[in-house]
Amino acid sequence: MSAAGYSLLAVTAVVVATLAVGAYGWRFSRTTSDFFVASRTVRPGLNASAIGGEYLSAASFLGVAGLVLAFGTEMLWYPVGWTAGYLVLLVLVAAPLRRSGAYTLPDFAESRLESRGVRRLSALLVVAIGWLYLMPQFQGAGLALAATTGTGAWLGGVLVATVVLVNVLFGGMRSITFVQAFQYWLKLTALLFPLLFMVTIWLGDGAVSPASTGTTPGDSWESPLAGAGDHRLYTTYSIIVATFLGTMGLPHVVVRFYTNPDGAAARRTTLFVLALLGLFYLLPPVYGGLGRLYAPDLIASGDTESVVLELPARMLAGTLGDLLSALTTAGAFAAFLSTSSGLTVAVAGVISQDVLGRRLGGVRAFQAGAVVAVLVPLGLALLAEGVGVAQAVGLAFAFAASTFCPLLVLGIWWRRLTDAGAIAGMLVGGGCAGGAVLATLLGAAPAGWPGALLAQPAAWTVPLAFLTMVGISLATPRRVPRHAARTMVRLHTPEAVQLDRGVLPR
Amino acid sequence: MLRGALRWLRPGHLGTEAEQATFRTLHSASLTAPELREGLTSGSAGRAIRHLRDLLGVPAVALTDTVTTLAWDGRFGHHEQDAAALAAVVVESGGTVVLDRRSFACSDPGCGLRQVVISPLVVEDRVVGTLQAFTSSASAALVRAVTEVARWVSGNLELAELDASRTRLMEAEVRALRAQISPHFIYNSLTAIASFVRTDPVRARELLLEFADFTRYSFSKHGEYTTLAEELRSIERYLVLEKARFGDRLQVTLRVAQEVLPVAVPFLCLQPLVENAVRHGLERKPGTGTVTIIAADQAGECLISVEDDGIGEDPDKVRRALAGDVSVDSVGLGNVDARLRTAFGDDYGLVVETAPGAGTKVIVRVPKFAPGVRP
Repeated sequence: MSAAGYSLLAVTAVVVATLAVGAYGWRFSRTTSDFFVASRTVRPGLNASAIGGEYLSAASFLGVAGLVLAFGTEMLWYPVGWTAGYLVLLVLVAAPLRRSGAYTLPDFAESRLESRGVRRLSALLVVAIGWLYLMPQFQGAGLALAATTGTGAWLGGVLVATVVLVNVLFGGMRSITFVQAFQYWLKLTALLFPLLFMVTIWLGDGAVSPASTGTTPGDSWESPLAGAGDHRLYTTYSIIVATFLGTMGLPHVVVRFYTNPDGAAARRTTLFVLALLGLFYLLPPVYGGLGRLYAPDLIASGDTESVVLELPARMLAGTLGDLLSALTTAGAFAAFLSTSSGLTVAVAGVISQDVLGRRLGGVRAFQAGAVVAVLVPLGLALLAEGVGVAQAVGLAFAFAASTFCPLLVLGIWWRRLTDAGAIAGMLVGGGCAGGAVLATLLGAAPAGWPGALLAQPAAWTVPLAFLTMVGISLATPRRVPRHAARTMVRLHTPEAVQLDRGVLPR
Repeated sequence: MLRGALRWLRPGHLGTEAEQATFRTLHSASLTAPELREGLTSGSAGRAIRHLRDLLGVPAVALTDTVTTLAWDGRFGHHEQDAAALAAVVVESGGTVVLDRRSFACSDPGCGLRQVVISPLVVEDRVVGTLQAFTSSASAALVRAVTEVARWVSGNLELAELDASRTRLMEAEVRALRAQISPHFIYNSLTAIASFVRTDPVRARELLLEFADFTRYSFSKHGEYTTLAEELRSIERYLVLEKARFGDRLQVTLRVAQEVLPVAVPFLCLQPLVENAVRHGLERKPGTGTVTIIAADQAGECLISVEDDGIGEDPDKVRRALAGDVSVDSVGLGNVDARLRTAFGDDYGLVVETAPGAGTKVIVRVPKFAPGVRP
């Protein structure tokens, strides 16, 4: 069988396994003799695997290795930031968010600020972030399938979109948590297993440092901020701000916290997530480093993102190499599928609840929402020129950090936040970050400082959004929600504490 | 269309002066109504009083209950302290009175409040407070206006009372539902347990503990909402006890998606449905009966269904039970339906699929988040 054949087989296997594990999770049915199902709330470990499965997208699986291969150690800030985002989430947001009882971000906005207006704006932003995040997933799928099987670049995107849509439309009864947890371990295995072989070969070859083979003299691969390109320091800080603060604003991450039984479990889950992501993100940079030694032509051709897919076949001759390449391809598709499914469900939920809910019934509205949630970004992916998976996802993070991070942090920790302040802050942050994202995606960004500011907007849009939110809130003290103090008590008191939490605002 | 545009251009298209005055009055009234619907508290009075002063067009207005001042709006705030004493006069007399400067002593020569019109606020023939309009000189028209506004405020307060009593009724029904853990069930459970005492003392002990836990949950002083996990745990205990009684005749299948266990549901909203299913699925029918309880995860919602393969029910009877007819033999179906609607809105009522001889399936939809609903 050819290499392409193995890859196709692996992709098919991933799709089938995804469906099968879902069916297995659903088998948790019991008769009275041995049930007590209710005590089986989702354990933090399982939930953390599921979050990891949903969170590790194509940007992590393919993009990081590609960036490290092309631009060197400076790019390690991406995986560091994507992990550290959960540290910020753990410290500032996880437990209070769970205690708020919110399922989506608009739910949180409504219950904290007691305003329908904030809810509607949050819903719009969730949809925008979801689309911005889905688009590169579809693009990445197209690139991956094209690289391994030689099909057209559009086919992979359409394939993933179709599978996700079928999955979401007809899979409402399956156990999502098991599927997503399985995807995390699949992705980890798909990177780790080939790496064991490749590192052995590398050691056998004398363990040459990747930094020692410069394609150009005076290469700055190993030393950060030394390379070509302007304003590297600003760009790096901006990436740090976006990734550290953007995680909490991702719709598919937030909905998973609802599964935790209480605030303490939410914290424990986040801690597990940190460990799992830390483990996973050790691997892609190694691919990048090895790629520099064994596949340097990819840098010249610009196909750096396919290094994870091609490297095993290049380093290991014969069937074994083909099989391992097929394994990484399968992992990549697991990444596309799980992230896209999670995002589609989250976005479709918001669309059906806040846009279609009144006109269509519950399930019908959700299905219509899912179609819209998938088709729009697929269309964008087919139309837009590839920006680079990691960069596009980075923009989604910047957008989330400029809108939902201020809302969540101030909403949880500052009782004087008002609905007017929240709306103004999200409009300013979202408007600036969104404008910058559009300018970058359309390739209209100018050169020099303005170009750097637009390419990585988070470093100035996030503080701007915070300032606006605080300023307008202070200017409108009469609009502080009527039950703000009571809501704060609920958010911050552990569930175990016996306390009169009062009647809730309606 | 052109004629329409011309009509808009013609002067006075927004109504005559008198009509506009009426509109303004109605607007002020419509702003006040929702505040007053919360009942007479210092919070609601404080928000409503500005609009009341707009309505009356006097320098100062006060709202009191029978003993204290709840809110004051307008100039010459030093008279706010007098309002409580003035209220006492009206609470005694029960009708509108006009009092002058002598009843609220003032040392400020520049003070423009010389007379006060006080009208009682009456709810169900009981004076609950007063509306006081302070002015320089009370005309007959003002007396009339204050009386009418006070009557209108009273009407809104009566509506508030109605809301409150509706809530109280719902709470009473929950309490009744708790008490409805039927004597039959208690008797049957204890008999079943007794039958094990000699043959299988260990099992008898376990069952007794289940029984204790079950009753503790059902009678517990609990808030309005609980989690689906808690509710299912109680149902599991209930089913263990019923299985002790029916043995293999009762088959139970539970399929629960773990993701929906933290969802908030009204307290004791599933228990009556399961009890109905066991009764209809088994009691009036030979052979085994199966009860299937499913809780599925559907994005922002949780779908719960309770199904039995029993004798079924006449759809008309179910419709009557849902409409609140208590003579129908279905434990708390109407109550559960009403509480789900109050908690989550009218889109979230019970759906019952049944026909004689075809079993019964009750479907509950619960949103994962609804404002004000938390365990």
